[in-house]
Amino acid sequence: MLEIKNIFKTYGDNPLLKNISFKVGGGETVCLLGASGSGKSTLLRMIAGLESPDSGFISFGGLDLASTPPHLRDFGLVFQDYALFPHLNVNDNVAFGLKMRRMGRVEISERVANSLELVNLKGFGERSVNDLSGGEQQRVALARALAIRPRLLMFDEPLGALDRALREGLLNELRTILQKTSVPAIYVTHDQEEAFAIADRVLILHEGRIIREGTPADVWANPNSAYVAKFLGLGNVIDGVVRGMGKDGKWKVESEFGGFVVGCKHKHSKGEEVHLLARPFVEERNRWSSSPARAERTLSDSEVEVEASRDVSRPEGSNINTIQGKVADVVFQQDKYKVTLDNGLYVYMKDAPKIGKKIAVRVKVECLG
Amino acid sequence: MKHLPVFLSSFLFLLSSCTPAPKTSAPQTLTIMTHDSFAISEDVVKAFEDANHVKVVFLPSGDAGSMLNKAILTKAAPLADVIFGVDNTFLSRALDEDIFESYASPELQNIPAEFTLDPSNRATPVDYGDVCINYDKNYFAENNLTVPQSLEELTKPEYNGLLVVENPATSSTGLAFLLATVAHYGDSFTNYWQALKDNGVVVVDGWETAYYTNFSGSSGKGPQPMVVSYASSPAAEVVFAETPLDDSPTASILGPDTCFRQIEFVGILKGTKNRSVAEKFVDFMLSKQFQEDMPLQTFVYPVNPNASLPEAFLKYAQIPPQPATLSPADIAANRDAWIQAWADVMMK
Amino acid sequence: MYMGKQVDMETSRHENKASLYTCVRVYLSTLPLWFLPLAFLALAFFFPLSKILALTFLPSTLTPENLRNTQSVVLFTFYQAVLSTLLTLFLGIPSAILFSRFDFRGKSLLRALTAVPFLLPTVVVAASFNSLLGPRGLLNTILQSSNSLFLPPSSFILPPFIAILLAHLFYNTTIVIRIVGAALSNLNPKLDQTARSLGADSLRVWLNVTLPLLRPSILAASLLVFLFDFTSFGVILLLGNSLLSTLETEIYFQAVRQFNLPLAALLSIIQLLCTLIVSILYSKYAIRSTQYQPRSTPPLAPRTFKQKLFIVTLCSLLTVYFALPLASLPFRSLTRLEADRGQRGEVQYGFTTDYYEELFINRRGSVFYVPPFQAILNSLTYASATVILSILLGFPAAFALAHPTRLEKILDPLIMLPLGSSAVMLGLGFIVTYGKWLASPWLVPFAHTLIALPFVIRTLQPAIASIPPRLRQAASTLGASPLDIWKNIDLPILRRATLAAATFAFTISLGEFGATLLVSRPEYPTIPVAIERFLSQPGGLNYGQAMAMATILMALTTASILLIEKFRLPNASEF
Repeated sequence: MLEIKNIFKTYGDNPLLKNISFKVGGGETVCLLGASGSGKSTLLRMIAGLESPDSGFISFGGLDLASTPPHLRDFGLVFQDYALFPHLNVNDNVAFGLKMRRMGRVEISERVANSLELVNLKGFGERSVNDLSGGEQQRVALARALAIRPRLLMFDEPLGALDRALREGLLNELRTILQKTSVPAIYVTHDQEEAFAIADRVLILHEGRIIREGTPADVWANPNSAYVAKFLGLGNVIDGVVRGMGKDGKWKVESEFGGFVVGCKHKHSKGEEVHLLARPFVEERNRWSSSPARAERTLSDSEVEVEASRDVSRPEGSNINTIQGKVADVVFQQDKYKVTLDNGLYVYMKDAPKIGKKIAVRVKVECLG
Repeated sequence: MKHLPVFLSSFLFLLSSCTPAPKTSAPQTLTIMTHDSFAISEDVVKAFEDANHVKVVFLPSGDAGSMLNKAILTKAAPLADVIFGVDNTFLSRALDEDIFESYASPELQNIPAEFTLDPSNRATPVDYGDVCINYDKNYFAENNLTVPQSLEELTKPEYNGLLVVENPATSSTGLAFLLATVAHYGDSFTNYWQALKDNGVVVVDGWETAYYTNFSGSSGKGPQPMVVSYASSPAAEVVFAETPLDDSPTASILGPDTCFRQIEFVGILKGTKNRSVAEKFVDFMLSKQFQEDMPLQTFVYPVNPNASLPEAFLKYAQIPPQPATLSPADIAANRDAWIQAWADVMMK
Repeated sequence: MYMGKQVDMETSRHENKASLYTCVRVYLSTLPLWFLPLAFLALAFFFPLSKILALTFLPSTLTPENLRNTQSVVLFTFYQAVLSTLLTLFLGIPSAILFSRFDFRGKSLLRALTAVPFLLPTVVVAASFNSLLGPRGLLNTILQSSNSLFLPPSSFILPPFIAILLAHLFYNTTIVIRIVGAALSNLNPKLDQTARSLGADSLRVWLNVTLPLLRPSILAASLLVFLFDFTSFGVILLLGNSLLSTLETEIYFQAVRQFNLPLAALLSIIQLLCTLIVSILYSKYAIRSTQYQPRSTPPLAPRTFKQKLFIVTLCSLLTVYFALPLASLPFRSLTRLEADRGQRGEVQYGFTTDYYEELFINRRGSVFYVPPFQAILNSLTYASATVILSILLGFPAAFALAHPTRLEKILDPLIMLPLGSSAVMLGLGFIVTYGKWLASPWLVPFAHTLIALPFVIRTLQPAIASIPPRLRQAASTLGASPLDIWKNIDLPILRRATLAAATFAFTISLGEFGATLLVSRPEYPTIPVAIERFLSQPGGLNYGQAMAMATILMALTTASILLIEKFRLPNASEF
């Protein structure tokens, strides 16, 4: 329903958005994910009509919005700092949009009550917005945006100012509400956890362009670029140089952390620089050895093997490689330990090894292109 | 910007429509430019209006100096028909700037020659006042002091700090007193002022301050029992007393050259469209009715000797036998220098 | 659903037609807002002033002697202005603290009293001081009767320079109180508490946390006070004992006495330049946007002994300094000096309403007689017209200044110029520019608006700036058109500031700041004019009536100021 086409925006000498295009369908929640300053808020404001793109089209339902002022677009916008009207109480805040649409008093109070109930703020109507907590204020902002039954909902980092527990709770509520109302929504954030929790589709913004678009699961499985992998915290991004192709069709890549053998969709040539992603999860599967599963083992000081260079046959597609190094840091993370090695690589393990010990672990290594 | 002509013209229209429309033709309007101290009785104005089928509008334009400035600056398109209030200290300047039209009123034959300072009759005298030193009778009585009778005596030690004068730069009253000292002492007037300064003379900027803040004989109950004011002020004190008085609490020092005569003039402004009515008004100002109205309005003396004075004047105001005078030309030529010389002595 | 054109599905070129549009948008987007206020300022100020200056200024006036004399005048003007400003800060800042941090009985009244002098004609102020401190004044009379001590007259006469400083203090303390007080109320209370938790005692908190944060507002207040002291006219004229000449009085002297218009023009230009510099400094350093805080640091009742001592001391000082002189006016208007002509030793005061009654009698049958009711009506009418005009003109200007573009950076300093230019020259400029139209009484509100406009703008501007732009954006997305936003967001939030600005314009008009020099007084005189008339003639009745009218004026202005107090936006107004 909402179509963004070839949007360009430059601030002074700084080109902020370069040729942005995407669509948001009915009932869909699309997430714009990007680092701070990547232009996502600007994009949102352009969709709302508060700013104009330098060039490009924004249309809804096939109709160009360029000539439509913001107050006629019928889009709801929820800000990070809530932007509640301080001189109005909760009821009046939520009713504001309805007042602007010149609705009848009875209908307004009905809708306001519904909205407040939807966000779990029943009974808060008479309260002053200045007395509410952050979470309550955000919910009022949400109720206010929902009350007008917008054609499109937009969220500009709405949970940024809240603490973790509150954030999670609200996120769940938000997801439920979005599913219930089936309003198309654009959710802008820099927090990938939030994005992945709420989005049907994720768009990753970087240096003014959308560099990856897809469902959360798809993007997770196939980041397709080093930046995305780093941004999403998917694992260790390793720079390497292609040495050649092996008999099994996999590429041999050499890096400062050792040699790796990966299968790749792309075609590479010898000497080409590539990025690899070493996921931090320890792989239990090891069909390449008849000995009992030894996915990880501690290396003694005398063993300085580079296992990956051994010519062993591996089943296709497994991409299992070894990363190794001295344990530099161990951090407890509720159900696992994040073990960081001295070379900067990290891996999640069930038991915490001692700091200083040399370990080698088998992990999945993928090609990023 | 686009609203202003509409705005102003609609209000000018409103203003003009405020005048009552008589059954016959609408009366002319005669505009008189005056200084802010001008006053006149309603009956007197009405008498003139009725007799001449004209509406009189007054344009108070600041003090005498400001008024003259305005008249000079607008002489190409004068703001009024008649200007009243130019006095002898400013007369030369007014004449030099050529803002008047000459008119010899028939009433002038009644006026003593000493007042007609302009032989070409561009400016016609209307009233005069004497700037004299007023003193607080009670103070002198209580302190067993004799009232000084001359300028010289003011420098005596027993009068140290007892006199307040006005700055001639900012006050026409002060200027008049300065001119009296110039008339009396000639070029050595600065020595006199030095003596006064050594004798603790207090200088303030305006008559109001001097009279109401510094003078002990007024309601202000100030510290100085002698102030440069007007010979008619004692009469005013009686006329405007809070409780009926049988004698004036103040009186004037009338020694030779201690007072300076100020004469006020009226003139028809060049370029007026109402010449004949303006002439009538000048005649009117010299007539008995107007002249007799002035003393109690502005506390000045009429130039027309046939005009009778009110009782308060006869009893309490005094006419100095030997007021100091200087020719307007003299004043015009040297005023700046004199004031500067005065300032050099007094302000350093 | 809207009927609109279909989206062009072809890929569009990235056209950079930005330059001209952005240029216009960046520099001139606020131009429509400036239309009315600029037009007004042009008509009422720039045209007349430049015309008279062009007419009278001669390069030949730039003689070394003139410049030398000018230099000494300028130096003295600066000197007295700087000293006055320092003194005003010295009293004003503690007073600001007093009023914004503490709650005590009589606070509103005392605060209103500190503001009344600002709006009184100078001659009235001089009279009130005199009636209190003069040798026959209240103080002396009381002392006399208790100690049978008759203090010699000279003991209460202050050296004129000190009198000027004290009078400036009397007039301008309210500016510091308001500007610094507003900033104080708007401070985040958390900063205070944080400092305390880090171990700072009260004094240290003040010195190291609060005062530095107040620096912009203190600077803003000082510059404004300096501007007033620099261009002070009535005070110097009436109290300065005339041996001291400032630029303003010198201009008056040269123009109106010596008829040396070229020199007056030269001095005017110098004065304008100085004003411009001060104004630019003000624009740069004054607080502009303070985040709108619905919750301000509330004033509390004093708790510690030190606090109580502070309050009592300062309140007594302020009461003595402000309330007493002002109270002596009504007192004097209701009393008659009994047996004053007879004996000088004993002075008794008898109660009388004669003066008020006398106001209604046209004793001399003068055509210029002003029935007090008429004068009050005229004053109120002019004041209302001034309010409407200055709000109408001030709002758009304040709006533009609250969201400054490059254009505003240039225009901002110009706002203050009318306050700093010589009324004499401007008045002459009016004459030469508008001539005959000057007879219209409607020019009086114009002149008043010229003075009131800077105040109105400076009151509204920070209030408007403090509204977070997000609120407007949120309203917009919720369906509010620009007019709706104005009605539902700006107006309600700005209600208080608007009221404060309106009341300010009202009271300034009542006090008729030097506008009398600007326009010929029409036949609809006002209260200050009536007062001046009474004081231009000798006589006890005249004096008494002047006091009575002054009391009426004082009552009107105090009531208006108490109104401001009631509706003041505690945190976002500069005044």
